[in-house]
Amino acid sequence: MYSSNEIIETINMISQQHLDVRTITLGISLFDCITDSKQRTCEKIYDKIMSKASNLVKIGNDISGELGVPIVNKRISVSPISLISAASKGHLEIIRTLDKIADETGIDFLGGYSALVHKAMTPYEKEFILSIPQALSTTNKICSSVNVATSKAGINMDAVALMGKIVKECAYLTKDNDSLACAKLVVFANAVEDNPFMAGAFLGTGEDDTVVNVGVSGPGVVKTALEKVDGDLTQVAECIKQTAFKITRVGQLVAKEASKRLNASFGIVDLSLAPTPVVGDSVAHILEEIGLESVGAYGTTACLAMLNDAVKKGGIMACSNVGGLSGAFIPVSEDAGMIKATEIGALNLEKLEAMTAVCSVGLDMIAIPGDTTPEVISGIIADEIAIGVVNTKTTAVRVIPVYGKKAGEYAEFGGLLGRAPIMDINKYSPAKFINRGGRIPAPLHSNKN
Amino acid sequence: MKAIVSVVGKDKKGIIAQVSSCLYDMSINIENISQTIMQDYFTMIMAVDTSDCSIKFDGIKQTLNALAEKMGLEIHIQLQSIFDSMHQIDTVKKGL
Repeated sequence: MYSSNEIIETINMISQQHLDVRTITLGISLFDCITDSKQRTCEKIYDKIMSKASNLVKIGNDISGELGVPIVNKRISVSPISLISAASKGHLEIIRTLDKIADETGIDFLGGYSALVHKAMTPYEKEFILSIPQALSTTNKICSSVNVATSKAGINMDAVALMGKIVKECAYLTKDNDSLACAKLVVFANAVEDNPFMAGAFLGTGEDDTVVNVGVSGPGVVKTALEKVDGDLTQVAECIKQTAFKITRVGQLVAKEASKRLNASFGIVDLSLAPTPVVGDSVAHILEEIGLESVGAYGTTACLAMLNDAVKKGGIMACSNVGGLSGAFIPVSEDAGMIKATEIGALNLEKLEAMTAVCSVGLDMIAIPGDTTPEVISGIIADEIAIGVVNTKTTAVRVIPVYGKKAGEYAEFGGLLGRAPIMDINKYSPAKFINRGGRIPAPLHSNKN
Repeated sequence: MKAIVSVVGKDKKGIIAQVSSCLYDMSINIENISQTIMQDYFTMIMAVDTSDCSIKFDGIKQTLNALAEKMGLEIHIQLQSIFDSMHQIDTVKKGL
């Protein structure tokens, strides 16, 4: 039996400090749905996903009710559609099928309208990528990602150049909704195969037929625990570690229970601190609790490095299988503290870029002026991707060039995606560099300095 | 199933009586009780076993919520596994 204090601690974490399981993501392999007929492929995809996931929302809600812990999102990730549709060229039909499935199952998001082009693009993969703006602007819950680099293959700069244009087109096609389609598109380096988080979730080629991956959250819990720590940074790190252990244990429990009930294998728990726009659920506020006047101040990268490392150390002990992106997320529009820091001028794109070198996962949910050129967006992507490739980690870019809006104005996305103050950015042109195309060779992995 | 019922609220007469009789009506066995008063707030933790209860977990929750509303208290029921997971290291031994 545990003490009353422990029980009250758990209840307070949930009711006052926003401890939640951010998502149960059911990964479903679609490789057995490949045919050379568009219609037949769509039928097989529909039947397979519906047979595996029709109960996902109910099961998620049941587990949430029994454990008394919120499970905020129920999501599906599928094999990269560019691989599934290559034989039939039926990607546009598949997007309609996936949209229908997302509606009928009642899930929150479906990820996997994805292409892996880190070394080169086949002609069909290019055609597929060109369809992303249409796919994202005509659906609500479908998410897309493109892997443009790995530490082993280098950076496919043709893909980076193309993605600058794709992001702009997504922005234009959803110009009436503050370019919302861009919030559902991620450009990756070293994309992981078992990520439960959107918009970058897809089920990789090395995965089981159906897999449960769970993402936990709880920035508010960590912040509250730190409020009681007066000691030095060793004690701060220790406190974060112990708190992360407890948070992750909840994720492990939910993941095991969900995989049992969904008859799927238990994939991984993603040890992430994922903020939401509500007060008391902010990663920025943890960094400020450690001792920064505002996130963005000098010292931010060091604090974040410690936070990220301590979360992993605590989480790894708590959980049998760790994977996904695992680290602190710093999406600007989804974090009340990041929004505030941007508004007062304490946080800019350059500092955010430095922060991504020590945490997961990249430049995330950053609104930039609508007149930003495709080449500048490609330049932002190339810089962020280079950080991932050289440091052998996952990095990603999810920027929103908000159509018709300027720096200082706001983009409003609502829900978990929040609202973002539009950041002023460096406008000097990298066009010649981007338009050269080709591939940046894979970096040396020894003699590191 | 083993579960934990936690009751928090302003102290008044009959809290233990009413909560335990509500559990009794649903054939839920109380295995352990601890209670304290913290800053005028009554806090009670009950370890219960729902094996003999024919009502689904969701139904038990609703019944307790109705009682909580009537008495102006906060009553939660959660499976014991969440507390085992968070506060004990040896989950392998416990089969969690």
